[in-house]
Amino acid sequence: MEILKHDLTANSLLTAFAIIGLVMWLSNAISKHVLFGRVHGSAIAIVLGLAAAFAAGLWTGGEKGVVDIPILSGIGLMGGAMLRDFAIVATAFEVDVGQARKAGAVGALALGLGTLLPFIVGSLLAVAFGYTDAVSITTIGAGAVTYIVGPVTGAALGASSAVIALSIATGVFKAVLVMVGTPIVAKAIGLDNPRSAMVFGGLMGTVSGVSGGLAATDRRLVPYGALTATFHTGLGCLVAPSILYLAVRALAGG
Amino acid sequence: MMISGVAMLALCTLLGSILGDLLGVALGVKANVGGVGIAMILLIATRLWLSRRGLLTLPLKLGVEFWGALYIPIVVAMAAQQNVLVAARSGPLVLIAGIVTVFVCFATVALMSRIGERGETMDEIEAKARGELATSGNPV
Repeated sequence: MEILKHDLTANSLLTAFAIIGLVMWLSNAISKHVLFGRVHGSAIAIVLGLAAAFAAGLWTGGEKGVVDIPILSGIGLMGGAMLRDFAIVATAFEVDVGQARKAGAVGALALGLGTLLPFIVGSLLAVAFGYTDAVSITTIGAGAVTYIVGPVTGAALGASSAVIALSIATGVFKAVLVMVGTPIVAKAIGLDNPRSAMVFGGLMGTVSGVSGGLAATDRRLVPYGALTATFHTGLGCLVAPSILYLAVRALAGG
Repeated sequence: MMISGVAMLALCTLLGSILGDLLGVALGVKANVGGVGIAMILLIATRLWLSRRGLLTLPLKLGVEFWGALYIPIVVAMAAQQNVLVAARSGPLVLIAGIVTVFVCFATVALMSRIGERGETMDEIEAKARGELATSGNPV
């Protein structure tokens, strides 16, 4: 037992790869066999991660989720700021600029609105729930954009871990809602052609939400939605901790 | 070389981070301003530059795409280290913010799909593609 513990702790990053891999595999299995593809495996995995952090918080009384458990400390490195930013930047590699140009003005407008509208909703609700400092309001508002923009913004502005967790939870809940809701509302919002799929991707933002939602609606629409959605996180990460934060600070003061 | 892809990605990320910090200083914000977004733009620009010169080799691409493919697992690891306990105490905010945001965005998609010319549906596009194939004499 001691030997096992020593090896798992000494190779903590490898332990993290193995455990996260297991969680991903389990999530995809649940997605496929229990929920019949209605909820994307990645969304389930993220919810499992948040649930594990919740349980670990109860158990250890710490503030860093499962990382407070010694053999799981590698998860702190794997999901830390360095590798997270590294991986997010890498996803930009798949953006096809030629095709993006075809989306044209409508796609750009949708992207802009897709960042601004959720941010305004999230920020107003943060204020309604008693947050008064610009950093927390901006982080929660950014979480309503996507669950990546929230923590990236929060980390950049130095928000508290609790507020960052809130912003992730908001973004994840939004992604889950998009995945489950899209097939239901697809007809009503005219989601049956590439143009509206690009508008949809730009507005809804979350790549897992958009790709999951479109996959459940019409598989052929997925690349069009994902195309604008891939710009969403970059745009959000660019404007949320800068222009939007400055705007919130000017309005909220401090 | 695969390492050149990883190195290129690392350079873009580092440069984005530095530029983001400098932008933060310039704006008087004690924060990294859009470092990740700047890094993404740098990476797209680098990819375009390399592909125009025919230097975009498969191993180089793999070096970048490997990390892109790890993005969801890394986000899962990130979720697992958050202070969820504290966030759960303000639960209603998450629920209301999620529902209102998705509702507003769905409504906007409906609005934007109706303005402007109506796009061809996937069924129509595929039917046309089949028609073109048929007229050019290729059996489908």
